[in-house]
Amino acid sequence: MYRSHVLVCGGTGCTSSGSQQIINVLEEEIKKQGLDKEIKVIKTGCFGLCALGPIMIVYPEGSFYSRVKPDDIPEIVSEHLLKGRIVQRLLYQETVADDGVKSLNDTTFYKKQHRVALRNCGVINPENIDEYIAMDGYEALGKVLTEYTPEQVIQVIKDSGLRGRGGGGFPTGVKWGLARMNDADQKYVCCNADEGDPGAFMDRSILEGDPHAVLEAMAIAGYAIGATQGYIYVRAEYPIAVKRLEIAIKQAREYGLLGKNIFDSGFDFDIDLRLGAGAFVCGEETALMTSIEGHRGEPHPRPPYPAVKGLFQKPTILNNVETYANIPQIILKGADWFSSMGTEKSKGTKVFALGGKIHNTGLVEVPMGTTLREIIEEIGGGIPDGKKFKAAQTGGPSGGCIPAEHIDIPIDYDNLIAIGSMMGSGGLIVMDEDTCMVDIAKFFLEFTVDESCGKCTPCRVGTKRMLELLTKITHGTATMEDLDRLEELCYHVKANSLCGLGQTAPNPVLSTLRYFRDEYIAHVVDKKCPAGVCKALLSYEIDENKCKGCTLCARVCPAGAITGDVKNPHHIDKNKCIKCGACMEKCRFGAIEKK
Amino acid sequence: MKSLEELKAIRDKAKNSVHVRQEGNDCIRVVVGMATCGIAAGARPVLNAFTEEVAKRNLNNVAVTQTGCIGICQYEPVVEIFTPDGQKTTYVKMTPEKAARVVADHLVNGNVVSEYTIGANAK
Repeated sequence: MYRSHVLVCGGTGCTSSGSQQIINVLEEEIKKQGLDKEIKVIKTGCFGLCALGPIMIVYPEGSFYSRVKPDDIPEIVSEHLLKGRIVQRLLYQETVADDGVKSLNDTTFYKKQHRVALRNCGVINPENIDEYIAMDGYEALGKVLTEYTPEQVIQVIKDSGLRGRGGGGFPTGVKWGLARMNDADQKYVCCNADEGDPGAFMDRSILEGDPHAVLEAMAIAGYAIGATQGYIYVRAEYPIAVKRLEIAIKQAREYGLLGKNIFDSGFDFDIDLRLGAGAFVCGEETALMTSIEGHRGEPHPRPPYPAVKGLFQKPTILNNVETYANIPQIILKGADWFSSMGTEKSKGTKVFALGGKIHNTGLVEVPMGTTLREIIEEIGGGIPDGKKFKAAQTGGPSGGCIPAEHIDIPIDYDNLIAIGSMMGSGGLIVMDEDTCMVDIAKFFLEFTVDESCGKCTPCRVGTKRMLELLTKITHGTATMEDLDRLEELCYHVKANSLCGLGQTAPNPVLSTLRYFRDEYIAHVVDKKCPAGVCKALLSYEIDENKCKGCTLCARVCPAGAITGDVKNPHHIDKNKCIKCGACMEKCRFGAIEKK
Repeated sequence: MKSLEELKAIRDKAKNSVHVRQEGNDCIRVVVGMATCGIAAGARPVLNAFTEEVAKRNLNNVAVTQTGCIGICQYEPVVEIFTPDGQKTTYVKMTPEKAARVVADHLVNGNVVSEYTIGANAK
């Protein structure tokens, strides 16, 4: 028995801030101090607070150490693990209370969260099936196979009100019911783990932190619709997720939780991985299935829908990772439990990847209906440097922005669509007053132009033309007619594109036009970028009255654009200036202005 | 996997290995003084003895932890036992042998071993 467990986050966020090295040093140090029989080091999935990584939590005390460095390890081992003295200076400050250590669940980051899909992330070792089973893992599959008919399973999912977490929001139970009704000699269950939105890492963290939950749910889905084979389509750029899925599948097969005659019920089910090469369009369901079949990942028109003719022309269901992660809990705790959370039409919880201009970047799971203000100001800890909130971008390149005026709207599928954005898979990028909305729209358009597969003209050519117009606007060479043309083109691309990629590509433009049209007009008419981002519209000038002639700016200017004599005011040559801002950063007298 | 019973057997076994991580459970806490004074007086083997005994008996409701110096260095190794009802018992001058008896009598059967307590030793 180990009297103490040290959990170190092995998610992608913490891995990139060096958690593997922390684990190595920790294990070495524990051995050196002769504690290796008493202290167990466990590499877990994501805790959510990626901004504070590498994260370490020591049980049974529940001490939460943040931003741990290898040099801190000997102190943690000799003070805390050996002598029982918690290293106060390394504790996450929020957990330090007057009377000792506060539980992590009482901190503002976790207090308003409700973890269903993420319940095991950061709690169990994802590479050990026993730990998943200890958390009631595979109980739902056993219960379903021994006590439920497939129709009953589908009814429970329908009653729960669960909707697709990939962004579409289609009722999961209905999808399963349709696939069940179509008779075929072979059906398939697919999992969409091709998370491609810039800034989104929910699915990645679930696969890294709790891969068995997805396997279990896929087996349940297989039983419900009558499929014996599942495929997980996961990006090859998620090496940790792929590795843990491989381990999880192997362990589940060894235990007979995948394979033949599971729970002696006569039900066979197996899962294979398919690695995607990283094309955004492969997150679209028809393109994803085409890619699994071994063809080039291009979409095709629907109908027929996958529930009728999907993978290899057989009835198929395709659900997102987060959708699956909810399923075992719904079976175990019941549809009523799940539908008691959330809003009238959006039940349960939603995981968001918080990014951009916010203190607590990371992963949060909140009940549907939580307001954007709660997520940003309370859980996210607000915007750094006292800046003002301008907008939040949801749904990545398919979504839109939520401006400050809608910050109190309860977030669910329908509310977001009503204000011109969408849930998307859950990326939530926070922007402050220094963000130019035209630039943001251009950023996402660049992404969709890159990722458009090229099969249909509206998307291939339309997005390219839109980007050209946006570039014109940011260069200050556009006219008001260009702005009208851009808007008109948006509606054309939206209406005529073949698949979701093209149909949603104009959303970032349309929603910024809707809420920040004045910024577009400022670019077009006044030739100004109000946020001071678009370089072509900026000019740097030196205020002669403030300049002391210290020559610092001239020395840092990479373009040699600044001239002037010592102790005399300097001057910027606008033709040479590349608008990098280095001079402004260095000036100690505030003499350089951005106009 | 053939039955829910089989799954349950694995779960029960696996639960032992993760229960340490459950916060706010009503565990009995065995707290061993492991400051320099405690270690010098032999707290290390006492801590090990508690861990081993608790593991041997599969006591899922017991957490063995350490703490710093509580200021009665002359009585080290000191072990405090907190039960969920809020009772605290302080054992002093502990040894691995005494630890085994405390586990058997106090933790399993609920009988405080009075002769090892600070009350009996401070007279």
